[in-house]
Amino acid sequence: MAAKSTIYSEGGKVRRVVVVGGGLAGLMTVIKLCEAKVPVDLLSLVPVKRSHSVCAQGGINASVNTKGEGDSPQVHLEETAYGGDFLADQPPIKGMAEAAPGIVFMLDRMGVPFNRTPEGLLDFRRFGGTLFHRTAFAGATTGQQLLYALDEQVRRFETMDVTDEHGVAIPGEKLVRKFEFWDFLSAVLDDSGTCVGCVAQDMKTMQIKSFPADAVVLATGGNGIIFGRATLSVICTGTAAASVYQQGACYANGEFIQVHPTAIPGADKLRLISESARGEGGRVWVPKDKKDARHPREIPEKDRDYFLERMYPGYGNLVPRDIASRAIFKTCFHEGRGILNSKTGKNENEVYLDLTHKDESFLRSKLAGILEIYEKFAGTDPYKNPMKVFPAVHYSMGGLWVDYEKDARGSLKTGSPRNHSTNIAGLYAVGESDFAYHGANRLGANSLLSCIYGGMATGPSVATYRKNLEKSALDLPRSIFEKAEKREQEKYEGILKMNQDKSNTENPYRLHQELGDTMLRDCTIERDNKTLDKVLEKITELDERAKNIKCPDDSPRTNQGAQFTRHFQNMLVLARVVAQGARNRDESRGAHYKPAFEKRNDADWMRTTLAMHKGVGKVEYVRQLSYTIGGKSIERTDAVDVSLVAPRERKYEQAGAASAAATGKLPDNKTQDAQKA
Amino acid sequence: MADTEKSAKEATPSRLVHLKIRRQDAADKPDSKRWEEFKVPYLPNMNVISALQQVQKFPKTTDGKEVAPVCWEAVCLEEVCGACSMVINGRVRQACSALVDQLAPNGEPITIEPMSKFPVVRDLVVDRARMFNDLKRVKAWIDLDGTHELGPGPRESQEQQQERYPLSRCMTCGCCLEACPQVNDSSNFIGPAAINQVRLFNMHPSGAMHKNQRLDALMAEGGVADCGKAQNCVEVCPKEIPLVDSISVVARDTTKRLLFGWLLK
Repeated sequence: MAAKSTIYSEGGKVRRVVVVGGGLAGLMTVIKLCEAKVPVDLLSLVPVKRSHSVCAQGGINASVNTKGEGDSPQVHLEETAYGGDFLADQPPIKGMAEAAPGIVFMLDRMGVPFNRTPEGLLDFRRFGGTLFHRTAFAGATTGQQLLYALDEQVRRFETMDVTDEHGVAIPGEKLVRKFEFWDFLSAVLDDSGTCVGCVAQDMKTMQIKSFPADAVVLATGGNGIIFGRATLSVICTGTAAASVYQQGACYANGEFIQVHPTAIPGADKLRLISESARGEGGRVWVPKDKKDARHPREIPEKDRDYFLERMYPGYGNLVPRDIASRAIFKTCFHEGRGILNSKTGKNENEVYLDLTHKDESFLRSKLAGILEIYEKFAGTDPYKNPMKVFPAVHYSMGGLWVDYEKDARGSLKTGSPRNHSTNIAGLYAVGESDFAYHGANRLGANSLLSCIYGGMATGPSVATYRKNLEKSALDLPRSIFEKAEKREQEKYEGILKMNQDKSNTENPYRLHQELGDTMLRDCTIERDNKTLDKVLEKITELDERAKNIKCPDDSPRTNQGAQFTRHFQNMLVLARVVAQGARNRDESRGAHYKPAFEKRNDADWMRTTLAMHKGVGKVEYVRQLSYTIGGKSIERTDAVDVSLVAPRERKYEQAGAASAAATGKLPDNKTQDAQKA
Repeated sequence: MADTEKSAKEATPSRLVHLKIRRQDAADKPDSKRWEEFKVPYLPNMNVISALQQVQKFPKTTDGKEVAPVCWEAVCLEEVCGACSMVINGRVRQACSALVDQLAPNGEPITIEPMSKFPVVRDLVVDRARMFNDLKRVKAWIDLDGTHELGPGPRESQEQQQERYPLSRCMTCGCCLEACPQVNDSSNFIGPAAINQVRLFNMHPSGAMHKNQRLDALMAEGGVADCGKAQNCVEVCPKEIPLVDSISVVARDTTKRLLFGWLLK
């Protein structure tokens, strides 16, 4: 039986849901919850306006078909499933592709300054893995503009009062309460293992506090920082996901890490140069002669090797990211044909990404944001000189396992409490921190979409879950929360006290660099079982050495050293999930590539990797999952739902291979006539 | 990828980067305010962030004293999130885009201080909450009917999009407030960032429906009239937002509302 009031607890307090993370996925979840009149506490490591979504550049996919190319959500679904090398469950993709045009229109109504056509309509550009113009964009800072739009809507809800069942405002209770600079520590689970809140730490005062909540939604982003440097923000350590994984949440497809083909190498960060550079006509090349020392502008067309166009005539520079990254890696690493450094006489791990053949004002209106980054950080003018780029870790397709419920049409059933639920009832995951939608490889401009669509699915799902709850978290014995607080307080003090009086201790930042160097070198574009065994040994060694960390900071305020030590401990846990998953999977699929197992092996491996934590240094890979939600027991397996698009081999050499209906060419009269007939 | 890493290490000469950093242990400990100096190994294309990261790895001052690593705020490291604003060699800017080669080509000391117009939290971390609260004050949003499907938004000309987009790139970094002489302890001036947001939302066809509410917020104390026209804001804005234009557009609109607003009531 459901509780008497959805607004008040038995004790008369306002019932709330906690959302952790204020990027696109978190904010969209909050908006949907607020529209369903569910009060929210929004926790975030940083002011939400600075979340990593801000870094997304190129755009957001939606098959609006304004260019008359015959694009449709069906084609979007097919190309996403195909691009993901058939590892993604297809019903959620269908839901996403069908919702996409409505999502872009909603963002348009929120005031996002999308680029326009001469008629004043939304403009769309091309992205990887498709031949259609499907990507809406705001210059080359689309993620920033989308994040700001959602941030503004959430700010509006921050000023609105919670209302009771009769629509009467409750004084002093705002629909959204923000807790910024709070670090998520762990979920609070009741005796039955249901999530009833979380514990977090204020990173200014270092206070540790529990948040009783009817449900907790993690929208905490990716984990790229386990690779040391990536295109990701420094906050993307995966700590929240790692924490609930250790509490029993299943982590899925961890080994699928997207390496983006084009980034600027740097000491602190590998800065992304968006795929939109190629979508707007950018071409990737190296000199045909590897000893060619001429300035790139002086190398004539005939002496350039546009290797992506040569290898993949069907999609050219716009092959999916896994394929482009491998081609660049092969050219530089195996063939030694990277750009020659005339000072050292060495061929560097760099290729040219060239936009200099395009008109400057065209580039300014469409790509200024990224070209500005190149100019600032690389120090040369990309309007006049080809950029020098190399692949970098960019996105985690894997993440917390989340459920879904299918409707009769094979799409996502709206409002089902199972959508985006982890295998811990009451704990949800959304955005890059979940594993859904992208399979073994994400198509460009699908991430902003999956974050927002995920939020649109999660909000109603949580609202339903909450409505069916028999009891609010607020009516549970207070001792559950005190115990959780105490546990986290002890852990934190443990970090502060650890090895303080010892010499020969370890520095967490230096250990992190060692982890990053290993993961980046041996667990990215090409993987080999012997090397992966060594990676796992290295992680075991770091597990040991991490016990000898001396927290470099003992301050009672803004103790970033202690916080980093905690995140690093969690990074080690996730690194093992990634590396062990890669070691186990003896096939090549999407971003996971083993030269010794060159082919995709559907018979043995068209299945989701399901990792469960079994104590320090131990991962158990399971084939089945079960959990109970709303009194119903749910059984799930690792089988991939490919009921909508039949698996077939990926062949980007041929135009239109990703979707039967997709050639991307404007229909000529003959085909139109044929269609009429 | 291993090779880029290696070449970076090989290229590391004995060159050191000299940092002079203003520190403070906590907001309520003004006595702990002090300068500390660090020397860290130079890396090619190094920025101030990577210099501070070196301090985290080897937190020892030039006097050989082991100290807590310096605290600062950072997120994206590509000048799009606005987190890492600080005062570097006397100028407010983002630490990620402050390149060591440009700041100290000959190994000169680089001074790093927290922004002065916001309360210090610790070291280089300051509290910019007021900026986010000001966005509430001026209602910097579109009053959306809901997120359900209602078709596309209003059409917009390419020209207007090109005007609106740069205004929308404000990352609430605080540089304009730091540089503005009118923002100080004895004034309530809201500062250029929020005023620019009013212009942005008042330009949008749906946003314009609530134009007057935003103008009213800026006609109150600490509003647009407090601008002293020093024009420092536009000089320091890392996104080159035409803040002075925004202030004058909004000032004109508030004047119009002041003079003729009562007629419309």
